[in-house]
Amino acid sequence: MPFLNRRRFVSIVGRRSSLPDGLWMKCPGCKQAVYRAEVEQNQQVCPRCAYHHRIGAMARIAILVDEGSFEERHQEVQTLDPLEFKVGEATYLEKVEKAKSNAQLSEALVVGYARIEESRTVLGVMDPFFMMASMGSAVGERFCRAARDAITERLPLVVIAASGGARMQEGILSLMQMAKTAEAVRRLNEAAIPYITVLTDPTTGGVYASFAALGDITLAEPGALIGFAGPRLIEGALKVKLPEGFQTAEYQYNNGFIDQIVKRSELRPTLGKLLRYLRPQ
Amino acid sequence: MAESNERGRLGLETSLPFERRILEIEALIEKTPEGDARGELISELERERETVFQNLTAWQRVQLARHALRPRMLDYTRRILEDFFELHGDRLGGDDAAVITGIGRFRGRTLMVVGQQKGVTTEEKVARNFGMPHPEGYRKALRAFRLAERWRLPIVTFVDTPAAHPGIEAEAHGQGPTIAQNLLEMLGVKTPVFAVILGEGGSGGALAIALGDWVAMFEHAIYVICPPERCAEILWKDVEKKELAASALRVTARELLALNTIDAVLPESGGGAHRNPEVAAQAVAEELAWFLGECDKGRWTSEQRREKYQRMGVWSEMPSDEYRVPSSEFRVPSEE
Ligand SMILES: [Zn+2]
Repeated sequence: MPFLNRRRFVSIVGRRSSLPDGLWMKCPGCKQAVYRAEVEQNQQVCPRCAYHHRIGAMARIAILVDEGSFEERHQEVQTLDPLEFKVGEATYLEKVEKAKSNAQLSEALVVGYARIEESRTVLGVMDPFFMMASMGSAVGERFCRAARDAITERLPLVVIAASGGARMQEGILSLMQMAKTAEAVRRLNEAAIPYITVLTDPTTGGVYASFAALGDITLAEPGALIGFAGPRLIEGALKVKLPEGFQTAEYQYNNGFIDQIVKRSELRPTLGKLLRYLRPQ
Repeated sequence: MAESNERGRLGLETSLPFERRILEIEALIEKTPEGDARGELISELERERETVFQNLTAWQRVQLARHALRPRMLDYTRRILEDFFELHGDRLGGDDAAVITGIGRFRGRTLMVVGQQKGVTTEEKVARNFGMPHPEGYRKALRAFRLAERWRLPIVTFVDTPAAHPGIEAEAHGQGPTIAQNLLEMLGVKTPVFAVILGEGGSGGALAIALGDWVAMFEHAIYVICPPERCAEILWKDVEKKELAASALRVTARELLALNTIDAVLPESGGGAHRNPEVAAQAVAEELAWFLGECDKGRWTSEQRREKYQRMGVWSEMPSDEYRVPSSEFRVPSEE
């Protein structure tokens, strides 16, 4: 269920970069006009208020892994349309193709081998601009294959999660991906493979209620929306105003669901350290 | 004829639009003495039932699944269990009434029973939050799963929820992580699990107690990734497209069977489970007895359940793959 974020990005969702074209952009964090190039050079973080903009999977990989070390795998796992799902004239597969060319990505989750500060790992990264990083069969299968790679190669698994929830166009099959990925985590646990998740903006719905919340260690980016039911849904159901800061990373941290909140600039050294400390035996 | 169940008789207020003509004919039959006229009416009733129930749309099934008089979990357990000893609380500070757990006796053996109860009276509905569990409810279920494993008891779960409760407290107490943990642990429980979807299988809120070795589903029940109304709102930007969304999402039992996401469809006789709860309960009892019999023959391992869910989904291995499930498979076969 792609729950759109009620607070921000309303007009700029669905682009590869969350920043509108042009030299200047208004930062949703500090509400100031910020020089766009400056934000981009700063890992898509506002230099004034440290607001963490959403970031595509490939851009994320570029700032996270040792240069040139990412080796993508399981690209052959592709989406199908078993329900023959159509909205108006647009078929589901057409929508996926459009997302593929917009995001220059083969699906909402890319997986492969990488090195982070010289530690080898299996890495999965979700792209919030690819159909809200919703989880369908291809995303579920890629996650499971990445977990299998980690077990076979005795490498840790690091997943940078982001998702609006389930891929509605796959109906019940997308629901089943929750069970499927939970089973993959169970296998990681039994094989004593460290599994680290980083929850980024937004991590909600079926992805949060399955593999994203099952990390041995759960990190999150500052300000990220993290929750099961989307804030708009809760507001609609309860007819109340939600408290300030509800379902932010900080809120989930205070409620005991996150180990540490890590700034984007600190993510690489943090993961590097954890991977060194937790190398599978 | 018009069987009344524990909630009183099906009447104008509780009936669905497509049930009305059937009710009218039934009322006429009751007023007509034995004879040719009555015989005529009875044939007319049979014809009307056939016409309506052989041509149900996806949306009509959604309506049946949510029917005000549809039997609930406790209507089944009361009928098929010889005894039931309820176990309360999650041992972490809460006891969610939307979820019921306990030890049941079924044909001389002991089972662990877990389910969601929507409630019958207004008072009960409110007390049970319309069957929408909080994290405490899922933890209560998890406690029951763990006890069942320790005691080597088969588990039977009754699934009937619109959704996991969407609310501030539910989020604060970890609705997402709790459901995730249930999925992980339920898959690994080393004892047979039988799940039956009674009415509404609402998304992750249902899935968290529905991972069975054998998942049966009533023919007028639904199992959804999200309610058709919400899907219509999000994808069609128009809640009135709910009927279209219901058929596009493939929410009915036979469609789900074709997608290999459930294992059996339980037939509902004569106008739906609410018209004859006894027959519906009998169908669950027979399916459960068959499943337990298969397990007794040694045809069960916990690895099978894990493998089944590990394989779930439809994807291609190559960009050029032309694989599609033919649409003809989704046509709902006619009633027996
Ligand atoms: Zn700013």
